[in-house]
Amino acid sequence: MSLYYLQKVLYDINRNEQAQQKYRDDVDTLLNDYTLTDEERLALKTPDIGLLYVLGVNGQILMHFAAFHQIEWDDYLQAMRDGIAEHGEVREGVYAMTGAGENFTIDTEVQSD
Amino acid sequence: MSLVYAGICSHGPGITARADRADPVVRDAFYANLDKMRQDIVDAGAEAIIVIAAEHFANFFMNNMPAYCIGMADEYEGPIEDPEWLKIEKTKVPGNPGLSKRLITELMQTVDVAFSEEWKFDHGISVPLNFLTPEYDMPIIPANINCQGPPLTPLHRAWAFGEALRRACDSVPEKLAIVGTGGISHWPATPDSGKINLEWDQEFMDRFKRNDKDAMLSYSDEETYRDAGQGGYEIRTLIATAAAAKGAQANVHFFEPIPIFATSCFCASFEL
Ligand SMILES: [Fe+2]
Repeated sequence: MSLYYLQKVLYDINRNEQAQQKYRDDVDTLLNDYTLTDEERLALKTPDIGLLYVLGVNGQILMHFAAFHQIEWDDYLQAMRDGIAEHGEVREGVYAMTGAGENFTIDTEVQSD
Repeated sequence: MSLVYAGICSHGPGITARADRADPVVRDAFYANLDKMRQDIVDAGAEAIIVIAAEHFANFFMNNMPAYCIGMADEYEGPIEDPEWLKIEKTKVPGNPGLSKRLITELMQTVDVAFSEEWKFDHGISVPLNFLTPEYDMPIIPANINCQGPPLTPLHRAWAFGEALRRACDSVPEKLAIVGTGGISHWPATPDSGKINLEWDQEFMDRFKRNDKDAMLSYSDEETYRDAGQGGYEIRTLIATAAAAKGAQANVHFFEPIPIFATSCFCASFEL
């Protein structure tokens, strides 16, 4: 269990442009500074948003990381749903999915074509 | 008497990032009310704004998590988010370290608070400021309450913090505004984003409007998590603002659920 360090890498990347550059240039060296499982390392490098979500990464930390990767909003939400479908329920933390993965915004959105 | 304005508004990255996906009638009414808040703060003669915020891991992490922290910097920077994603440019925001220091010193007479001379804003502050001080020409003093990394400060301590903040404001000659920003029910940054418990929100806003301390402090975190999501933990910022208003009643200027913004959106101010 190293959710603490998994989130700490993301926290550092999210707020620090040098860490962002290091993530792009030499991700392994960056990750060596943290205590991580192989599964966590792979999820960070891929990046596997769905798995990171299931591992318990706080949604606020994960959302900023997805934005850093230029992942569109709907794709971000879908990646979390897919993560649950593949890996099961969120394992830790307070950002679990409460419903069945339904879309809560579509009915009130302006539809563009 | 140097608190000249106290109000609250929602935050959330969607308010700017996903603006084009909201019903334009509701969205523009919300924006117009945020702009009215801006004007009211100017008209009140405020010389600085204390933003009672609930940041999202822009500065604080579980290695050293302050329940309460106030900024004491010359300038702040933000947002940390990708500017194209949030649709807010990265910028510097002026602070007032001397004023911060006097406020913090007075606060410490009754509550324990951390302080920081460096601070990065995330959408929790950057989105409100985008509307309230669009020119970034007003000194800002961030006052953060940890609403993200449990264990969280109890609601009655958020109230005590708000009361202490009021005493501190009253002890300095500057004219100050307080803006509390937090969500009511929401499940942000999860697949449930856009889920809103309108009944819960209405009940909270009713308690808030009446500045009913006992009713506002009666929520347990278990109930809040169940009924209002992890985003509901942010009522701490609203409760602290109500405490700073010293029992004054609030006028709710705008209150509508906007699911694509992931929350009920609101603007309210107190009759100080
Ligand atoms: Fe928030």
